[in-house]
Amino acid sequence: MSAQTNGQPHERIGVYVCHCGSNIAGVIDVEEVAQWAADKLGHRGVVIARDYKFMCSSLGQELIERDIVELGLTRVVVAACSPHLHEQTFRTACARAGLNRYLCELVSIREHASWVHTDKRAATEKAKALLAGGVERVAQHAPLEPLRVPIHPATLVVGGGIAGIQAALEIADAGYPVYLVEREPSIGGHMAQFDKTFPTMDCAACILTPRMVSVGTHPNITLLTWSEVTDVKGYVGNFTVTVRRKARYIKTDLCTGCGICQDKCPKKVIDDVFEAGLGYRKAVYTPFPQAVPKYPVIDYDNCIYFQKGTCRACEKLCPTEAIDFEQQDEYLTLDVGNIVLATGFDVMDARRIAQYGYGRLANVFTSLEFERLSNAAGPTNGRIVLRDGVTTPQTVGIIHCVGSRDRNFNNYCSAICCMQSLKFAHLIKERTGATVYNFYIDIRTTAKAYDEFYQHVLEEGTIFVRGRVAEVTDAARLPGEEGKLIIQVEDTLVGRQRRIPVDMVVLSVGLEPRRDSQEVAKLFGISCSANGWIIEKHPKLDPVATMTEGVFVAGCAQGPKDIPSTVAQGAAAAARVLAHIQQKEIALEPIRASVDETKCSGCRICNNLCPFNAITFHEDRMVTEINPALCQGCGTCVAACPAGAISGTVFSNDQVLAQLEGLLLRTVKGMQLEEGVPA
Amino acid sequence: MTGSFEPVIIGFTCNWCSYRAADLAGTAREKYPPNIRLIRLMCSGRLDPSFVLKALASGADGVLITGCHPGECHYLEQNYKALRRFLLLRRTLTQLGIEPGRVKLVWASAAEGHRLAQEITTMVEEVRALGPLNWAQAANGFGPEPVSAPAAAEGGAA
Repeated sequence: MSAQTNGQPHERIGVYVCHCGSNIAGVIDVEEVAQWAADKLGHRGVVIARDYKFMCSSLGQELIERDIVELGLTRVVVAACSPHLHEQTFRTACARAGLNRYLCELVSIREHASWVHTDKRAATEKAKALLAGGVERVAQHAPLEPLRVPIHPATLVVGGGIAGIQAALEIADAGYPVYLVEREPSIGGHMAQFDKTFPTMDCAACILTPRMVSVGTHPNITLLTWSEVTDVKGYVGNFTVTVRRKARYIKTDLCTGCGICQDKCPKKVIDDVFEAGLGYRKAVYTPFPQAVPKYPVIDYDNCIYFQKGTCRACEKLCPTEAIDFEQQDEYLTLDVGNIVLATGFDVMDARRIAQYGYGRLANVFTSLEFERLSNAAGPTNGRIVLRDGVTTPQTVGIIHCVGSRDRNFNNYCSAICCMQSLKFAHLIKERTGATVYNFYIDIRTTAKAYDEFYQHVLEEGTIFVRGRVAEVTDAARLPGEEGKLIIQVEDTLVGRQRRIPVDMVVLSVGLEPRRDSQEVAKLFGISCSANGWIIEKHPKLDPVATMTEGVFVAGCAQGPKDIPSTVAQGAAAAARVLAHIQQKEIALEPIRASVDETKCSGCRICNNLCPFNAITFHEDRMVTEINPALCQGCGTCVAACPAGAISGTVFSNDQVLAQLEGLLLRTVKGMQLEEGVPA
Repeated sequence: MTGSFEPVIIGFTCNWCSYRAADLAGTAREKYPPNIRLIRLMCSGRLDPSFVLKALASGADGVLITGCHPGECHYLEQNYKALRRFLLLRRTLTQLGIEPGRVKLVWASAAEGHRLAQEITTMVEEVRALGPLNWAQAANGFGPEPVSAPAAAEGGAA
């Protein structure tokens, strides 16, 4: 595996050390590293070593391209940032100069050295070792071509909230088929529960329901509600997805959505999903009147017939005989080329913050409850009243940052609660004339027209108290506190403790990842952050892709965000999917394993290591073969082959071992091993 | 040379989790000692146990193997194969007289930059306490004196 014969290196290697402004150069002496490479690695093929302020700039890239042409470089090593950031940049630069793109190696001396080390001397020496590893490795690279795989034109969108709706409509409008899978009986998501949307105060239903109808009637969208994805196989371009269609007990081809079954069903159930526990639904129900699709579902756990064996009132009264108690779950297999995950969020369970009294003090509400309370189509027809259903509050306290920006619960900002709280303050003022207090840490109103809304709410006379609320209690201590909820807070602007009696408390609860976000991530082969939000490919430059090719993310599944950002991300994910579809095929990294049949002894050790069934054994010839179309390039079989008959491109034994030699500085001038010494 | 022993540790990382955890440690400006040098593999399942032996034989004082948490493998289940190999390798190394602390397996997801930095810091201290391995010299008679990597590099640069 030596890169040289008779003392003469085969390759002509160019080394480029990036300053990254002061990101690298502030810690690592980049000039010294470049000079060291020129002095000490010349016998390994380094013919030029340069340092430059920003290698990724067009001037930096041109520097490499010019050297490739003028110096006849056959390999390039760039010591800069992580390959996950700029590997493609420098590969493309090489390709422009006529060098095969895989003959370039990126060495991370920023993320893995200058940013994590404080000792400048030691970081510089480490950078040299990393660079030596890169030089040795690149000498073992082979010219490769990207793999091209066809893209199935259909797309799976998971989640029918506004993010999924937007993504599905964009793709369908472009003329491609979409499967939209939603767990609940109707699409609409959280937005369908809201009354008004900030800062314009348009009615959520007025802007959302037309979109829902478009989804329901779009010829390119197959809507699968009351359904869940149970299995995902394959890879970008060719996913095979299994969807469980839960039994609806309704024949959707016969149902007209007339609603008689819902009227006549004798079983009332507290609706803790759509009505946030404030209202009732029946055992056969659509979550709300504008539901899409219009067909109801029968709730197996609450249906009297399913639980007790008699009733069937809905069946007797259905004018189109659409009720079918014999229906079973169905499993559909879908072929899709791309997947958009728009699985949304859950709100934080306010019971976890015992001192705020939710669940114990009747007139403490969560923000989601308040949305239903203020919704004209909600359980009180939009009347803002206390839990007794009749009394209008005279004073209301709205508490911001409940469970957010709090190291005891979630350390992140939930992004929407400030504006949501301001919206509530405005609605309460407008509808009840009550005195409204907002208890806040900071007011964060950064998006378009948000701060203007805040100013408007200030002018309306809402009282703002800066301080994190310590407690909500009904234990009256002072005159005027009897029968009230008392908010105990340190007003940090005046520097004293205050007790503010109110009739109603609204907790602006934070957003949290879906309870099952980890399982969903596992199902789709992607990762969640420590908080549970789906990790995007790059937080700034690639916020809709995930680390798995062909799987995109939109909306709050990726992190808390408001409706405009959610819609924008849904559209962005659709644009990325459409770019894939329109290319008809996509280039993948040519990282694959293959078997040298002349070396294969037929031992079959590798045969049951592949979870993708890419390995087949030919009994007749007693050799193993790897199907490159199924191989995903993990390299587990490469590592297992006792005969060394399996090799893996991009991460071959030669490449890894050469890098190891370099990292341990065994190839540096004056330190190299004698020929033939066993290592 | 200061005379204090600075171990050299080779870290094998998975492209999908621990390498990205190392990237995250960087972007979050977590700090850990510079004694570790990382090699990126596509998966911990790619780790041929002979890479570990080669690293130790070539001058490393310790090897840190990292991969996705069980159940979170990008390739479904290959980290379990890495675990199997690691357990066998550790037994072999013990029989060869290598202290168990020199070769460690750590799971680190792409979100666990902080955790990875902590694990690296701990391991550097543990290997420092164990002292140099000196396998390279013992096996090959290689090297003018006990290798402390930064010092060796400086020697090369001088």
